[in-house]
Amino acid sequence: MNLEFTEEMVMLQDSVNKFLQNEYDFETRQGLSKTGVGYSEDNWQNFADMGLLGIPFEEQYGGFGFGQTGLIVVMEAIGKGLVVEPYLASVVLGGLLIQRAGSEEQKEAILPELIGGNLKLAFAYVERQSRYNLTDVEFVAEKKAQQYCLSGSKSVVFNAETADKIIVSARTSGDNFTESGISLFIVDKKAAGLSSRDYQTVDGLRASELTFDNVMVDMDALVGDVDGAFSDIEYVIDAASAAICAEGVGVVTQLREKTVEYLKTRKQFDQAIGNFQILQHRCVDMFMTEEQMRSLSYLAAIKVADGDGAERTKSVSAAKVYLGDARSIVGEQAAQLHGGIGVTDELDVAHYVKRLTMMNALFGDRDYHLQRFSEA
Amino acid sequence: MDLNYSPEEKAFQLEVRDFLKENYPKDIQEKVAKGIALKKDDYVRWQKILANKDGWVAPGWPAEYGGPGWTPVQKYIFDEECGAANCLRTVAFGLVMLAPVLMKFGTVEQREKYLGDILNSDVWWCQGYSEPNAGSDLASLQTKAERNGDHYIVNGSKTWTTHGHYADMMFTLVRTSQEDRKQKGISFLLIDMTSPGVTTTPIITVDGMHVVNQIFLEDVKVPVENLVGQEGEGWSIAKSLLMHERTYIAQVPRSKKQIVRLKELASKERYNGKPLIEDANFKAKISAVEIELMALEMTNMRVLSKLSSGDAPGAESSLLKVKGTEVQQAITALLMEAVGYFGMPYVKESMTEGWQEAPIGPEEASVLAPHYLDWRKSSIYGGSNEIQKNIMAKAVLGF
Repeated sequence: MNLEFTEEMVMLQDSVNKFLQNEYDFETRQGLSKTGVGYSEDNWQNFADMGLLGIPFEEQYGGFGFGQTGLIVVMEAIGKGLVVEPYLASVVLGGLLIQRAGSEEQKEAILPELIGGNLKLAFAYVERQSRYNLTDVEFVAEKKAQQYCLSGSKSVVFNAETADKIIVSARTSGDNFTESGISLFIVDKKAAGLSSRDYQTVDGLRASELTFDNVMVDMDALVGDVDGAFSDIEYVIDAASAAICAEGVGVVTQLREKTVEYLKTRKQFDQAIGNFQILQHRCVDMFMTEEQMRSLSYLAAIKVADGDGAERTKSVSAAKVYLGDARSIVGEQAAQLHGGIGVTDELDVAHYVKRLTMMNALFGDRDYHLQRFSEA
Repeated sequence: MDLNYSPEEKAFQLEVRDFLKENYPKDIQEKVAKGIALKKDDYVRWQKILANKDGWVAPGWPAEYGGPGWTPVQKYIFDEECGAANCLRTVAFGLVMLAPVLMKFGTVEQREKYLGDILNSDVWWCQGYSEPNAGSDLASLQTKAERNGDHYIVNGSKTWTTHGHYADMMFTLVRTSQEDRKQKGISFLLIDMTSPGVTTTPIITVDGMHVVNQIFLEDVKVPVENLVGQEGEGWSIAKSLLMHERTYIAQVPRSKKQIVRLKELASKERYNGKPLIEDANFKAKISAVEIELMALEMTNMRVLSKLSSGDAPGAESSLLKVKGTEVQQAITALLMEAVGYFGMPYVKESMTEGWQEAPIGPEEASVLAPHYLDWRKSSIYGGSNEIQKNIMAKAVLGF
């Protein structure tokens, strides 16, 4: 057993952290978030040059072959820096889905381009009525001669605005709420009949509502087996959940450090308010949550890398429950302990709190994962 | 013990209900229901309507000052009906906070000068208490007022001033002398916001909105007749006033209405092919908040009942503040959770009036996460919940 990062991963960690330290201060991040497409294409190219976009992918496609555990390092850094570039949408959701379910031709065509920073993906799986249920797919793909006709809507699709291709889940057979009968298609963002409504999210990222009005795709748009995509979807949502749990560790670490620092400097009643034990204990609760989250995010990554099954389900859902708990134990407390300035737009703390708050709902909230854990 | 209203009280309840139905502007009602930001005119318009109805705008005021002179039970009923009708909460600064202070500590001239304008919403008041370096430790405030003939010269800065940008006047705590005990040198002063040297700077909160401000005071000339009470009496005046603020903060009727809103939303949203409200987990979470609210409502009534027998609000107001804000915050969290992914889109324009576009997901979903984030302030303002617990530890438990 060895729970330390490999030398290569430590080097990677150093270079990511150095980049964020030098080029990604809070004001820069806010500027990127609020303008244009919500992030910097230059940064994205930098990520490609640093090799970040290839971390989880097999070497034969130009990746590093670090797999899911390799993502821990990047995602924690993304959390620490509140990074707005579409890593989760493009590399984790899109890329891992192609690596898992794509044909050899698809992998060869897509992954090297993605790793090089020339092509971006987005994954559209949420529907208006679906909430967190991945089998609730009303979006329809109907076979017409040697084509599929896609129609329906998808919601809160992260970074669809700048994605070159959208992977979309659709029902090709069976009743709603059944696992079989769901398929995946990869669609050009510019396809006729595909329209989008783009917006900012509360935590400063970008997402879109997508409408597919009889979008016609060829047979080679199918990703994975027809009717058999559920396990691929479940896999990639687990992989992305494990990834945001690592991101959450980065967010929580920042909130804990910033809160402790504030309590040591803010003076009231003629002393640093950090002298009050009640406030110290809240910070200790934050610290303990952070460490437990770190443990569960490692475990989840290891189990995702190990393969499908109940152990993956349990460890990912456990990590996600902890991430949900962090919303109150760390997020709400960080705001509370900062007092008034903790709820101002000006202070970075509020923006870490926003991200932590949004991460609870992303890929299923605390209640969803608690139940999923108990049923696994 | 009797929770039932007397025939007179029942008649009063109907009178209030009918009045609200006929006179509460529908456009304001819709904004409150949807959680859309309210404007100065909304408040003034509604408050004037209430003022013209026998001083209903000031339930706590005795008849001699133009209030309705209600019993605590009548006030409770009024509050309850206003909550149920999604009424805009009147602005507390003049009506609920300053007015009782003027009645108790003010001179005859001050009462004559200010109370009428407060009642008729002709003057908008704000509160100048907190300072950048005096939050929980309010008594450490540094804004200085130096006597110079028939004026004070005021220098310093106040912060978290709600609706300071709307205000004509500010009641404020200033330091008039340096004493060993810092509470001693504080005085209660009324400042005209149009005085030269007063600057109001917006503070944008986490929801992206502008409600609070920082106020800078630079050599502001304030006539000595604007001092309320004696020099050095400011702290005890402020303490009596904060207790009123804390009872007001509990907001039981509003929370009850928010629970109704939550249940409506959870009935409309679907999960696993059924209404979300049928989901056992979600239902249990709503119930847990309802139980807290039920206890809070009864505690609130017990405090009221004590008040009707003539007691002043004491440490109970701290309990109401802590529990009241916890319930409010829990409801904002559940409202956000009810819409799942649709809590994520941030559509700032949807939070102000006049937004006509189709909603993203459930109607009103886009205000729910900003509200959740914004309501974090409720356990901070009015004396943070930690400070309230200190008060209870000392005043009730004798630590």
